[in-house]
Amino acid sequence: MDSCRVLLDGSRLIVESCVRAGASVYVGYPITPASLIFSYASRRFPIALPAPDEITALQWMAGLSAAGYLPVTATSFPGFALMVESINMAYMMELPMLIILVQRLGPSTGTATAGAQGDLLLLDGLISGGYPLPVLCISDLMDCWLLPPIGLRTAVELRTPVVLLSSKEMVMTQSSFDLRQLPEIEPVRRACYQGPGPYRSYDPGDGLVPPFLPVGNDHHLVRLNASTHDRSGLLQHTSEEAMTNTRRLGEKVEALTPVLYHLDEQDGARTLVVSYDITSGAAREAVRILRSRGVPVSLLLARTLLPVPAIYYEVIERYPRVVIAEENAQGQFARLLFGRRIPSKIRLVGAVGRMVRPEEIVREVLAG
Amino acid sequence: MSLFLTRSDLPFCKGCGHHHVVRSTVKALEEIGAKPTDVILVTDIGCHGIVDGHFVTHTAHGLHGRSVALAAGIAMGLPPGKKVIVYIGDGGATIGLQHLLEAARMNIDLTVVVHNNMLYGMTGGQPSSLTPRGFRTVITLDGAPLPHHDLCRLVYDAGASYVARVLGVGDFSEVLRQALEMEGFALVEVLELCTSYGVRWNPGLWLKALADEAGYTPGIWIRPPRPVFRLPAGPWEPLSPRGEGLLDLPPVEVRFSSPLEERWTMILSGSAGEGVQQAAEILARAAMAAGLHATKKGSYPVTVGVGFSTAEVILSRSPIFYHGVHEPDAVVITSMDGLLNQRERIRRMQRGVLWLDASLPIPETEAEIRVRDFRGRAGARYAALYAIWTVLQEMGILPPEALLEVVQGSSLADRIPVDRWASLG
Ligand code: SF4
Repeated sequence: MDSCRVLLDGSRLIVESCVRAGASVYVGYPITPASLIFSYASRRFPIALPAPDEITALQWMAGLSAAGYLPVTATSFPGFALMVESINMAYMMELPMLIILVQRLGPSTGTATAGAQGDLLLLDGLISGGYPLPVLCISDLMDCWLLPPIGLRTAVELRTPVVLLSSKEMVMTQSSFDLRQLPEIEPVRRACYQGPGPYRSYDPGDGLVPPFLPVGNDHHLVRLNASTHDRSGLLQHTSEEAMTNTRRLGEKVEALTPVLYHLDEQDGARTLVVSYDITSGAAREAVRILRSRGVPVSLLLARTLLPVPAIYYEVIERYPRVVIAEENAQGQFARLLFGRRIPSKIRLVGAVGRMVRPEEIVREVLAG
Repeated sequence: MSLFLTRSDLPFCKGCGHHHVVRSTVKALEEIGAKPTDVILVTDIGCHGIVDGHFVTHTAHGLHGRSVALAAGIAMGLPPGKKVIVYIGDGGATIGLQHLLEAARMNIDLTVVVHNNMLYGMTGGQPSSLTPRGFRTVITLDGAPLPHHDLCRLVYDAGASYVARVLGVGDFSEVLRQALEMEGFALVEVLELCTSYGVRWNPGLWLKALADEAGYTPGIWIRPPRPVFRLPAGPWEPLSPRGEGLLDLPPVEVRFSSPLEERWTMILSGSAGEGVQQAAEILARAAMAAGLHATKKGSYPVTVGVGFSTAEVILSRSPIFYHGVHEPDAVVITSMDGLLNQRERIRRMQRGVLWLDASLPIPETEAEIRVRDFRGRAGARYAALYAIWTVLQEMGILPPEALLEVVQGSSLADRIPVDRWASLG
């Protein structure tokens, strides 16, 4: 058979991809629009645990990760808000885990069954002190397959929580899809410290990431600490060693987070269309329409959102006009890139309570 | 000096009950013959929490109130010989009460030691929910106005295996030893007085008298043994995915063709429980069987069993990047719920076709209206599927046989009289 076309949703691909990548435990708390991921995970993950609330979910994940499991959860803003302190804890303790954030319409509980791209700026300031958290973003069904393993690998190799950002329509819409295009997934393995004792939980040696050893192991004692600590994991006020350790948390994420994006530049294009997440589809469609009408245009779809890859600025620099499209009212990605003084060459296309339409992007490109 | 401590002095004020907790803990650990690598001490926030650095064990210094949940995550994957101990205060126990109740309900193998000095010592002596009525604190100088929670009773009722309350004076290692040896959830509430703040605002108060008056009765409460919650495999054991692969889906083979040249979009809207989503899915599969790309999106109120159910379907010759539907080519309404849900859109329609069930009033619209008896002919349960069938017949965008084939391969196969529909035309 030369094709294997099925009708499926992104949640299915995400869960199967996580499992094949070696994620061992799913900890879930139901919330629309992430519940589909929870139900698939409950059928498929080696271990799936229903938590009584999202704080417990994240704390269990931290404990499981400390013991050597590779945990995953999925939630939406109301649940994610409850997780924030615990994500900071896991960041400080350097515990790998993957948190899938499926955006829906806010503020507050908003509309559970409507999509949105409203949480990017929240993620930018999530870690107290302004330290960056790796945030990868799904832009199509293929990414639902490709990004979970990269997220899990990043979590393990950097010893950090990683957020995989998505939104309602991206994980719930069913599409025809050819399964043969899916590449094999290489499982992620958690390596363990093999050296002599004493083991120091936060000693990165010559690198930026300390080797991991599970708490409770029979060989060396492990000290984990959510408060300011030295390389041994001992509580400190603001000693130099402790501050160096805290700075390292940001440095490793800045230096080692993979830079993932899709760039399709066309000769003669004077306008660059930039998008991410669900609006990537409208951006692709807009570019297709424009090119079919003979209008040259380039396209940048961001998959690594945080820390912001420098290459985005370099690409944007090359164009006299840039249209950034995203499903929110503020232009959150534009603000992330440029703050509140968005250069005049940057044009924003947004929508609230509905998807951004390709024609709106087309119109903005042609207005230039 | 104990094998379990790095040094003999402890980081607490003179006379603080926390000293006794630590000394009794290490004595109990020695008595049960534990090795340092067998012990995981998880500490919360509070004066007691800073003692982790003094322990020669695995340690995890967590967040305020969350240590029990963190420890639960650690303990559920460890083998029975490992001893996971949680140090938490009365403040932490109340901010994280849910975690205590859940760990007790699951009977996770933990020993939780609650340092109950009836106030927040680290922040200057504010009351907690374990502060007894009448106890004076820095912000309740006339005495706390409300009675305290009975934490022992709460966790016992939640399913804890072993619960004890002790006066935190002298040596209570025997109780801690029992708690550590018991497999399952154990909680020991240690009553203490904070020498810095408790004594300052309640001069002359004796711990025993306070406990008696407050009804903080020492005791031990043990449940008959019941299963302990443990994960099926440790983190380093091979863990296999469960169940069928999520991608083991029936592939749709291309056996038909479609005259559709570009994109065709449809909204199907009816009532929950009348097969709207299923019908839309069948249409998408039928289109795939005719070589097209398809997307299907569902929308319904949060209470999925009542009210409207709406599906958006896009069929296209070329790949579908954007799966929103702004100006549909077809709107198909099979019930009043669907009509009400789509009223706005129908009014805005400038083009396209509106198929409407014969039972419904004709709405205002610029679209071409086609009234058909979906419900009358197919019944409420299959009105949506019959409507799709009708649309395909009339539009000719897909061969109806493609739809019939998908229906025959689905769970509806023996329930739908497709032959009869075919003859109805
Ligand atoms: S402040 Fe109170 S609780 Fe804290 S160490 Fe001193 S006596 Fe103990």
